[in-house]
Amino acid sequence: MKHLVKARTAGLALLVLMIVILSACSSSNNNKTNEAANNGNAQTSSDPAATDSGKKLPRVAFVYIGPPGDGGWTFEHDNGRKYMEEKLGIKADTVENVPESADAERVITELAQNHDIIFTTSFGYMDYTLNVAKKFPDVKFMHTAGYKTADNMSTYFGKNYEASYLSGIAAGKMTKSNVIGYVGAFPIPEVIYNINAFALGIQSVNPDAKLDVVWSNTWYDPTAERQAAISLLDKGADVLLAYQDSPATLQAAAERGALAGGNDSDMTRYAPEAYLTNPTWNWGPYYTKVVQSVIDGTWKSEQYSGDMVDGMVGLAPLGPSIPDDVKKLVEDAKAKILSGELDVFSGPITDASGASKLEAGQTMSLENILEMNWFVKGVEGTIPQ
Amino acid sequence: MDIFVQIVVAAISSGTPLLFATLGGILIERSGIIQLGAEGLMLMGAVIACMTYLNTGNLALALMAACAISAVLGVVHAFMCVTLRANQIVSGLALTLFGTGLSAYLGKSITGQPVAGAVPKVNLNFLENVPVIGGIFAHLDILTWFSFILVIVLHLYIHRTSWGLHLRAIGDNPPTADVMGIRVQTFRYGYIVIGSMLIGLAGADLLMVYSPTWIEGMTAGRGWIAVALIIFARWNPIRALFCAYFFGALDTIGFRIQLIGSEIPSYFLKMIPYIVTILVLMFLGWRNRNKPSGSPESLGIPYIREQRF
Repeated sequence: MKHLVKARTAGLALLVLMIVILSACSSSNNNKTNEAANNGNAQTSSDPAATDSGKKLPRVAFVYIGPPGDGGWTFEHDNGRKYMEEKLGIKADTVENVPESADAERVITELAQNHDIIFTTSFGYMDYTLNVAKKFPDVKFMHTAGYKTADNMSTYFGKNYEASYLSGIAAGKMTKSNVIGYVGAFPIPEVIYNINAFALGIQSVNPDAKLDVVWSNTWYDPTAERQAAISLLDKGADVLLAYQDSPATLQAAAERGALAGGNDSDMTRYAPEAYLTNPTWNWGPYYTKVVQSVIDGTWKSEQYSGDMVDGMVGLAPLGPSIPDDVKKLVEDAKAKILSGELDVFSGPITDASGASKLEAGQTMSLENILEMNWFVKGVEGTIPQ
Repeated sequence: MDIFVQIVVAAISSGTPLLFATLGGILIERSGIIQLGAEGLMLMGAVIACMTYLNTGNLALALMAACAISAVLGVVHAFMCVTLRANQIVSGLALTLFGTGLSAYLGKSITGQPVAGAVPKVNLNFLENVPVIGGIFAHLDILTWFSFILVIVLHLYIHRTSWGLHLRAIGDNPPTADVMGIRVQTFRYGYIVIGSMLIGLAGADLLMVYSPTWIEGMTAGRGWIAVALIIFARWNPIRALFCAYFFGALDTIGFRIQLIGSEIPSYFLKMIPYIVTILVLMFLGWRNRNKPSGSPESLGIPYIREQRF
């Protein structure tokens, strides 16, 4: 028995040792990279350094839904952060992999205690950001893609459906089977109006093509995204677009010799031969402008919507296997959008059941677009109501 | 018929990592040691395979590295459970926590870098025109074929060889095995290390074949499903094959139901694997209520020569 007790003590001691080593690892990591680990122990060492002009630089923090290495959504936000840092000489803090749950509120609260402006870069952070904003009236909050604001909380997004429409033109021209697939993250307006714009783009050049939609119910889970993409390919789709944060759909399509686009970022490098195009984000100039306005003391709560004209929304260069005549078609439509001649959601538009949603000659108001919860005709899929 | 073939192909591709992990777990548990570290071992296997492949571009080296790192962790588990006779559940959980944390740390620099197309496929073109069989077997990758062979080898080994008899003996009744001259401690070490290597290989397979990009926590609970599969399969490699593919199919079936235009909300479809896990457990529990559980009788009990319990 004595042996057993000894053995247990030794085992326990080893376990404690392992834990100590582990925690030592993670804390040294924090100090080095100035980033907080997933457990949310937000790094608080940002230096409120004063500039030469005597003006105090704001302490800036970013909350990310995924890792900056996702190659899409968070990657572009991180590029925006770097752009802003370089322009203004500020070192911002970041917290990665923050789930859209009560964890988010905890992380944002911790950041709010020693930062002046916090960017929360995912739709699901909306209510948590608002809760924290109420508790910290002196801190500015910038939330991506939401619709709630407060005196110290702005929301910002862009009309990425303009680029989705252009991607649709390319997809409609490139499909041979006339079945096009779409991997959607969640059945929320942001994704739905992009699907609709994509479908309208397809129909503008190829009225026979059908668009199949599958929901993955996740922003970032490459294994699930991949399965969703494969189920669409199995159904006969030969062009895919994914409203997801990773390039998993593009990689799956490449293995089957199909074409695909992702979202958020130019994804050519993941599978050049299979790359179609997709909407992209460019957050840097806007982030710089917002932080500058905090420095100048001119920051005001707003609901900002960028577009292709101001450059927040862009279209990735079409892939090398897309022929020049298709490229030309897309370029022409892009020019029309930039000049204001072409409005993506202009009538007549009917929904999937055949009911008229917009009369000929009319255009849809931004408000109506932002609360869209129906598919246009030609889209096959269901929206849980 | 097409749909059937497509689902089987998808089930095999998402079931193969589960199969490797379950086979490794069966080897370990047959020797009488509880194995709850699969999640951590798979993650470590995946991240090391990814790092090795990105740095060297050599598939064999990547797979060997994944096996090596999980063998090292297996030795730690064996040292805790066999030599120190520590609590096997705690040691397994520690491995899972350790592997999850360390893999996330190591993987920071390689997150999002693609490793697509690394595993060569075995193209059996003569099968192409055979209905069903051709669709399923004509273009599988070498790791999947290896898993088929492994199932048969392990089945024969456990049930048809004297070495397998020894393995079952040290798991069921180590004192008797010891009296018969089988070195219980040494064999337990060996099986834990080999089993851990298979679990590490499961992680490498998940990364190299199924989802060719490293992401933090990419196993998403597959290690725990493998633990459940060991019990579903009642410690039998052949049953493990079918259980693994069954759960692999559940991974993909939700999307296909969406595509045939069903009105079931996609949120419900996402729950399918979890609901089925509970149902299968209930069903098996009911069906086998009067049978012995099939678990090794000394599972979880450390062996000390000449000690009575």
